[in-house]
Amino acid sequence: MLAALLIVFREVFEAGLIVGIVMAVTAGVPGRGLWVFGGVAAGVLGACVVALFTGGLSELFGGNGQEIFNASILGFAVLMLTWHNVWMARHGREMAAELRAAGEAVVEGSKSLAALGVVVAIAVLREGSEVVLFLYGVAAAQGGASIAMVFGGLIGLVLGSLVCLATYLGLVTIPTRYLFGVTSALIALLAAGMAAQAIAFLEQANILTALDETVWDTSWLLSDSSYLGRALHTLIGYVDQPTAMQLIVYAATLAVIVVLMKLFASPTAHRPHVAAAE
Amino acid sequence: MKFGRSIGLFALASLAAAAVVGPRIATADDTVTLSLTLKDHKFDPAEVHAPAGVPIEFHVKNQNGIVSEFESSDLHFEKIVPNGSEAVVHVRPQQPGRYNFYDDFHHETQGFLVVP
Repeated sequence: MLAALLIVFREVFEAGLIVGIVMAVTAGVPGRGLWVFGGVAAGVLGACVVALFTGGLSELFGGNGQEIFNASILGFAVLMLTWHNVWMARHGREMAAELRAAGEAVVEGSKSLAALGVVVAIAVLREGSEVVLFLYGVAAAQGGASIAMVFGGLIGLVLGSLVCLATYLGLVTIPTRYLFGVTSALIALLAAGMAAQAIAFLEQANILTALDETVWDTSWLLSDSSYLGRALHTLIGYVDQPTAMQLIVYAATLAVIVVLMKLFASPTAHRPHVAAAE
Repeated sequence: MKFGRSIGLFALASLAAAAVVGPRIATADDTVTLSLTLKDHKFDPAEVHAPAGVPIEFHVKNQNGIVSEFESSDLHFEKIVPNGSEAVVHVRPQQPGRYNFYDDFHHETQGFLVVP
């Protein structure tokens, strides 16, 4: 039971951090519930499909199917996050000011919601497929799902969901004036971390070997397999022994997002006039 | 229109990024291959050795009868190994040390890489 609890909690916790951020980012946008829950549902379905086809997936690309699949969906999530941030830099302030009245803004806003819905689906799919494989493995070994396993899994799911809720509630206490800046920064760091993680998968598959020396080792300070290390890994891409390539890609992703946000920033956005009462 | 332009810019930015960090094909003649078998939830052998400073390639056969996840937080890899299959994992060159790897789905299954 404990094994099921721990593994379900760990994976739900990691996906939950991302879902919590997306919930906070989209707070107050009409129709966001549908996109977030749609993303979770699509992710769960995707996790089952991926788990079902793991054997076939592994054999693709000369045995590197898993790595290429993971790197690809992470790369796609990075694009979605970047697009969201750039879109928000352009329209975020108008939206905050006129959202409730303007039907058009809601339609426009749904494009950005779709991008975040995809990010949620990818996060749930990645963590969920491990849960499905693990629970399937345990069930198969026991000749069926036991009550202890189901119970452990459910407790893990509830505890993990609490992390998601805490992330969301923590973020929405930030005053609206600062929320936009904070969430933009969080999304940019999330994207940079995912890009670096995609590089790690390509390195593991030996597709990328350039600049693969370890630059520093902070595992004595904070191991990335501890819970805090895992949380920071998910949130900002913390790695205790990054390779030079991971660091370069991390920095490049951040730089590209910041430059694009500046390039596309709404011309009226240099002095925010969002109502403080909002 | 703006959407199209931003997508175009993304493509450009991604291309630029790809050009900067472009992959290099590994020569890897000095790579050390380490073969392991997972059976009865044990690694065989449970301890393997590799010289320092060379790339390492793990070949793991899963004969547990059930899916496993070959993982190491010390060596930074994770890979699902379906039952009856063999997985290959590449590890960057290591400093001397003793590194732990395990089956993340069955934590009683532990093994070590020793780099003298």
